[in-house]
Amino acid sequence: MPYLGSEDVVKELKKALCNPHIQADRLRYRNVIQRVIRMPGVQEYIQQPILNGLRDKASYVRRVAVLGCAKMHNLHGDSEVDGALVNELYSLLRDQDPIVVVNCLRSLEEILKQEGGVVINKPIAHHLLNRMSKLDQWGQAEVLHFLLRYQPRSEEELFDILNLLDSFLKSSSAGVVMGAAKLFLILAKKFPHVQTDVLVRVKGPLLAACSSESRELCFAALCHVRQILHSLPGHFSSQYKKFFCSYSEPHYIKLQKVEVLCELVNDENVQQVLEELRGYCTDVSADFAQAAIFAIGNIARTYTDQCVQILTELLELRQEHITTVVVQTFRDLVWLCPQCTEAVCRALPGCEEHIQDSEGKQALIWLLGVHGERIPNAPYVLEDFVENVKSETFPAVKMELLTALLRLFLSRPAECQDMLGRLLHYCIEEEKDMAVRDRGLFCYRLLLAGVDEAKRILCSPKSDPSLRLLEDQAERPVNSWAADFNTLVPVYGKARWAVISKCQGPERCGPELPNTASFATSGPLIPQEDKERGQDLPDSGALMLVPDCQLTAEYFEKTWLSLQVAHQQVLPWQGAVHPDTFQMALQVVNIQTIAMSRAGAQPWKAYLSAQDDTGCLFLTELLLEPKTSEMQVSVKQSEARTETLNSFMSVLETVIGTIGDLKS
Amino acid sequence: MISQFFILSSKGDPLIYKDFRGDSGGRDVAELFYRKLTGLPGDESPVVMVTARGGHHDGRHFIHIRHSGLYLVATTWANISPFSLLELLSRVATLLGDYCGSLCEATISRNVALVYELLDEVLDYGYVQTTATEMLRNFIQTEAVVSKPFSLFDLSSVGLFGAETQQSKVAPSSAASRPVLSSRSDQSQKNEVFLDVVERLSVLIASNGSLLKVDVQGEIRLKSFLPSGSEMRIGLTEEFCVGKSELRGYGPGIRVDEVSFHSSVQLDEFESHRILRLQPPQGELTVMRYQLSDDLPSPLPFRLFPSVQWDRGSGRLQVYLKLRCDLPPKSQALNVRLHLPLPRGVVSLSQELSSPEQKAELGEGALHWDLPRVQGGSQLSGLFQMDVPSLPGPPGHGTPTSASPLGLGPASLSFELPRHTCSGLQVRFLRLSCRPCGNTNPHKWVRHLSHSSAYVIRI
Repeated sequence: MPYLGSEDVVKELKKALCNPHIQADRLRYRNVIQRVIRMPGVQEYIQQPILNGLRDKASYVRRVAVLGCAKMHNLHGDSEVDGALVNELYSLLRDQDPIVVVNCLRSLEEILKQEGGVVINKPIAHHLLNRMSKLDQWGQAEVLHFLLRYQPRSEEELFDILNLLDSFLKSSSAGVVMGAAKLFLILAKKFPHVQTDVLVRVKGPLLAACSSESRELCFAALCHVRQILHSLPGHFSSQYKKFFCSYSEPHYIKLQKVEVLCELVNDENVQQVLEELRGYCTDVSADFAQAAIFAIGNIARTYTDQCVQILTELLELRQEHITTVVVQTFRDLVWLCPQCTEAVCRALPGCEEHIQDSEGKQALIWLLGVHGERIPNAPYVLEDFVENVKSETFPAVKMELLTALLRLFLSRPAECQDMLGRLLHYCIEEEKDMAVRDRGLFCYRLLLAGVDEAKRILCSPKSDPSLRLLEDQAERPVNSWAADFNTLVPVYGKARWAVISKCQGPERCGPELPNTASFATSGPLIPQEDKERGQDLPDSGALMLVPDCQLTAEYFEKTWLSLQVAHQQVLPWQGAVHPDTFQMALQVVNIQTIAMSRAGAQPWKAYLSAQDDTGCLFLTELLLEPKTSEMQVSVKQSEARTETLNSFMSVLETVIGTIGDLKS
Repeated sequence: MISQFFILSSKGDPLIYKDFRGDSGGRDVAELFYRKLTGLPGDESPVVMVTARGGHHDGRHFIHIRHSGLYLVATTWANISPFSLLELLSRVATLLGDYCGSLCEATISRNVALVYELLDEVLDYGYVQTTATEMLRNFIQTEAVVSKPFSLFDLSSVGLFGAETQQSKVAPSSAASRPVLSSRSDQSQKNEVFLDVVERLSVLIASNGSLLKVDVQGEIRLKSFLPSGSEMRIGLTEEFCVGKSELRGYGPGIRVDEVSFHSSVQLDEFESHRILRLQPPQGELTVMRYQLSDDLPSPLPFRLFPSVQWDRGSGRLQVYLKLRCDLPPKSQALNVRLHLPLPRGVVSLSQELSSPEQKAELGEGALHWDLPRVQGGSQLSGLFQMDVPSLPGPPGHGTPTSASPLGLGPASLSFELPRHTCSGLQVRFLRLSCRPCGNTNPHKWVRHLSHSSAYVIRI
């Protein structure tokens, strides 16, 4: 492109911009503006033509000029916002041409970035709503996005708006349908039945997108289906066949579909879904086969018997890549559903011949160690591993082997004593890997402490599986993800998105997500709590909770069992608990959540921990009985000091009180 | 908003690069995209990717679609709607196809100037301005460079313009792959309308022959070379009904589950006479989309009856496939291809096929059986014998069993059914009420086609 850089061309363009004839010719005018605008040294010549352009008779010129304002503003960098220009742009929202209107919104959004973007007040919102039908699909999607930040004054107005928006849920463009659905979800955040109704109505368009010819669109739709399923598990259950994989689909779509199938399974379709997944387990692609097996493992948490049956049959295929994943699935399953232990133990013999990789070996060895007393040939299988320990390449397998053999020795000493001695000897004397050696020495010293002591440590009661890990919470309320609907968040997945947005420069993420503030049920909570902490805590002087106290669940459990209850109190509480809100609020005052029941679980429990600057630990149990409207709080303290305990209780009380107030 | 847009060839060469906002570093972004795409771990999806610099995500998102072997990529810093952006990319692909004739590496590199001009009009500062053909045509000056001169009489290979069938044998006809804005002088040639009813069939049949899933995705597509503003009426089968409850007429109706129409379609005669009225812009347009699942009015086009004999002792695998075509006798299926994955380590193949024009071969761990033409009501068979020396299996004695070994199947069929729609939907008429433009009558081409999207039979 010759006009870049050359001095003569710049001069030529300057002349052209001042030429009234050029300005009259809209095509050339547009081209000149578009190209000149990023060049250094001509900016002072642009301003006047752009302002003239805003009042041009041709809508085409106005479109270019409106966006030109934003370009000009961004070029000047941190220049002040020109009030007259902003007013002019606001008045152009009434322009006849629909594209000019949308461009005005975009331009204002960029110019007013520092102040939170374009303001949508009642007249503007209703004006935009009335013009919606004149816009093309891109304009509609964009305006729906801008409308997100409008808060209707009254319920009546809210439902008027929803009525106006109704027709866009039937649009043929997926972007418009999803944009409208999101606006519905956000506006009706206090009306769960409206939200459910909207989700029912977008089901058709979403399913159509899921079987669309465009794979990329299909993928985006599947991600959103998963998002909806997190809140409404039964939502797509009768359409489960739509999520069966076909042979020619790319890998990433198949994986998403398997995940969806996992989540929509219910009593009616479980048979068919499992049969379908079973077919995938023998797929040519090993990755896909393993994903399918893990999926069956997930379903097994609810439909244990059928799934264990299928998994056991898979072992008979004697394929390495299948057996290793099945054994890993068994390991996780035995912990979550102890009732299937018998069946798993029956299936295990013979597996060892078909496992070569580290993960699979670890899982098998763990199972043999923990449930060895029910598997007749467990010692002999472990003996093979001990024999070959010299050629074993993975240190993790050796460590697992040490622990497992020690466990098995405690339940079946006669058969294991000899090889345990050999293994310990090898690990301590010959092993090169430090971690394995240390583990060997540890086991050795543990045995020196006596068999009873070793038993107490290794075979102590395991943690309660009904207390799910925090990241594994099911059934999130619709409002927790409504703001993420129709954005990139579901497409990346929430976990990956958190990583992405954390690593992003702060100057990027601020202005680009202006609508988050308008949403979030827990939004006002954080600043409020911040203030409280700022005022209360330094005054009391006695208690300073350390922000980065990270206890592991195991350590917590151990400490909890070893301490006496220092304080017990009953706080008033109404209705159900939102674990997310709860956790966030506690984090603000530096109380860490160790574990928490799912929302709606009865009785609802939570375990919290905190540490003050002297190193004193506060361990707390919250218990919510369904019948009484009270929350029972029991606190244990690692060092008995009444005054810090009292201030800790007052902090906890404030938090729980605030959350309670928010809900009601 | 979009920061950059670029088109890469299937090998990763940048064909088109456009920076809309000047906020992100140069052309090497296109290269970065391709490097990321090829080095992606298996469990991540390529559709949306984020750039990383020095171990940190700098928050630039790549969103792309693959279209006719090309990558159309947009980058953005904002957390935007994936649906809108993906739709925009598809629309741009369609527009480029409309203006350049067809979308492929060769046409893009021949028409670089035209493509840049189009992008300038479609997007300004990264914001969509318009994608309507009739608005764009006022501003586009460059003429498309077409490789072959167009001849109306070259109708021997009239195929479908949009349908991406598995077989490349159905090449788009030269008539339909003409650019919308071909030279303005030859007005007479422009008076053409193509109306295609295309259905994609996905079927899953269990090993016992029971039907697990039937899904029909249908589209009525229009490509018009008529001057914009001329009205047309499309009459569909009168018995056509939507939803489960509605029933029309006395016969077995032609039923679909869901229908959506393009926003320019006027539906005032749809309820009473099943007539769609519209004023199509020049170029390609999807008039109507519909879906139908589970209840198919006609029998499935193909049934497969496999029988497997497997002698583990000698490692001999014998597969006998009988394929029955249940189309009406006058119809036929073209380019039928059966794909049967085989266990690992298959070494030799001997075959006995029921007619000479068929072909079977081994390739990429699967058996391919090609049947160029299958007449409705006919039945074809093939007997395949293979040696599988390394096949592990359940402990057995060396006797032949009928249990299929691991890695065999499922069979998938791909085919085309010209002049046939699985839902039974037909276009009754296509009437143009156009103002007399030129003295020739417009040519109207109405075509029906079904093709397989996934036709899987478990064994």
